[in-house]
Amino acid sequence: MIEMQDVWKTYPNGTHALQGVSVKIDRNEFVYVVGPSGAGKSTFMKLIYREEVPTKGQISVNGFNIGKLKQRKIPYVRRNIGVIFQDFRLLPRLSAYENVAFAMEVIEAPKRQMKKRVMEVLDLVGLKSKANHQPSQLSGGEQQRIAIARAIVNNPSVIIADEPTGNLDPETSWGIMQLLDEINFRGTTIVMATHNKDIVNTMRKRVIAIEHGNIVRDQLRGEYGYDF
Amino acid sequence: MTFNTFLRHLREGAKNVFRNGWMSVASVISIIVSLFILGVFILLVLNVNAIADKADSQVQIRVYLNLNVDKQLRETVQKEIAAMPEVSKVDFISKEQGLVDFQNSMGDEGKDLLEGFDNDNNPLPDSFKIEVYEPTTVPFVAKKIEALNTSHSDQQPIMKVKYGKGTIETLFKVTQTVRNIGFVFVAGLAVMSMFLISNTIRVTILARRREIAIMKLVGATNTFIRWPFFVEGTLIGLIGSLITVLILFVGYDRLAAAVGSDISLQMNLLPINDLWQWGGLLLILGVLIGMWGTTLSLRKFLKV
Repeated sequence: MIEMQDVWKTYPNGTHALQGVSVKIDRNEFVYVVGPSGAGKSTFMKLIYREEVPTKGQISVNGFNIGKLKQRKIPYVRRNIGVIFQDFRLLPRLSAYENVAFAMEVIEAPKRQMKKRVMEVLDLVGLKSKANHQPSQLSGGEQQRIAIARAIVNNPSVIIADEPTGNLDPETSWGIMQLLDEINFRGTTIVMATHNKDIVNTMRKRVIAIEHGNIVRDQLRGEYGYDF
Repeated sequence: MTFNTFLRHLREGAKNVFRNGWMSVASVISIIVSLFILGVFILLVLNVNAIADKADSQVQIRVYLNLNVDKQLRETVQKEIAAMPEVSKVDFISKEQGLVDFQNSMGDEGKDLLEGFDNDNNPLPDSFKIEVYEPTTVPFVAKKIEALNTSHSDQQPIMKVKYGKGTIETLFKVTQTVRNIGFVFVAGLAVMSMFLISNTIRVTILARRREIAIMKLVGATNTFIRWPFFVEGTLIGLIGSLITVLILFVGYDRLAAAVGSDISLQMNLLPINDLWQWGGLLLILGVLIGMWGTTLSLRKFLKV
């Protein structure tokens, strides 16, 4: 599903973000990516959804060679990858419904199917009643739920979540985690970068720890392993 | 692109005009300002041109005959002048008519000065008033008429040929310069307004950089992102140019009416019905500017 072989990433300013990372993530897995700030977690995530290109090495996602992808093919690969961020990244002037529908407009889904499916995922994230609210009228947790609804509306095979609970209070965070667990249970691979020790230690999943651009630990049902 | 998607782009583009509120207003205003200046200048140049054309056609040659020229010789000379291919019209002004015209042109005060002159002691010579087809040939025709003195060697019929030497040449130069400068200026303004507008649109797009980045993360193609912006730019260009044309034409209509009814100005502006095509041109220009501005400014931000 996701496979990296000896992946290196050096930014133009000389930072060696990743130094020879090899990893394989299978279908239907739930993976935490942990490690100190600046260790290369975000670069690791960005490489998967092709926001960055590796300096060296190979990455394949859903069978596509991501590093060698032509510029105009990128959108089509991204449609199979749902992305969730710490800062939600909703379109600020669209309603909750429109934000989720946008992802379906992009793939030119038929209108009737779109309405049905958008309401379905809004129901799944528990925000059917707030479909017409603007993002600014929603709480952080609600905004993240909308972002998740948008990420899953096209049934992607992978969800990339970069610190999805980073801006949320503990209680809201748990709600989001339950939602992600449910989505994973329904068959979607989830790769989630996080700093949340409680979550990693309580909801046990595979843990990949990155330090100084290298994978230093990779355990099934692992622990967070840091004291912060 | 499916038809539904196309409709979606139209809808989104139209909505964006409202969603962007003040940014749209700013773009529309900048289009209005530049097109308005451009429009005022076009109207100015058109009218100066018309006035210059009229001035050109009013240029005439006056030929004064010697006092001792008899009727027969006079008619021969008139025929000879009328036969010149450049000449469109020859009017004979008798010395009596000349005196009346002179008195009239002097006005009430001048009348007193000319009192005492009548047909017996009229100091004025007989003359011809000559009009030509092409104003620029005036100096040349004047020389040809002067040359008639040499062909009538027995008696020289012509005392003097007058055509406002110098004034005419200056007038030609002035009208030509006004036209040239006018067109250079209009072209310059058109280019300037394009840059002004594309800059305003660039600012609005800059503010939406983040949105574009988000759309790309969700898997939107460049074409998909570009279309609503394109529609939006076109609409803004259309709205801006419509308002401009409306202001210009209503204003011009009022001005033309005011100028026409003021007798002391002795002139008329071009009738508004002759100018519709220029209004159409401004509309097209506004729309093109809107389209061009968005396309140009978007290109940079789509490489995410």
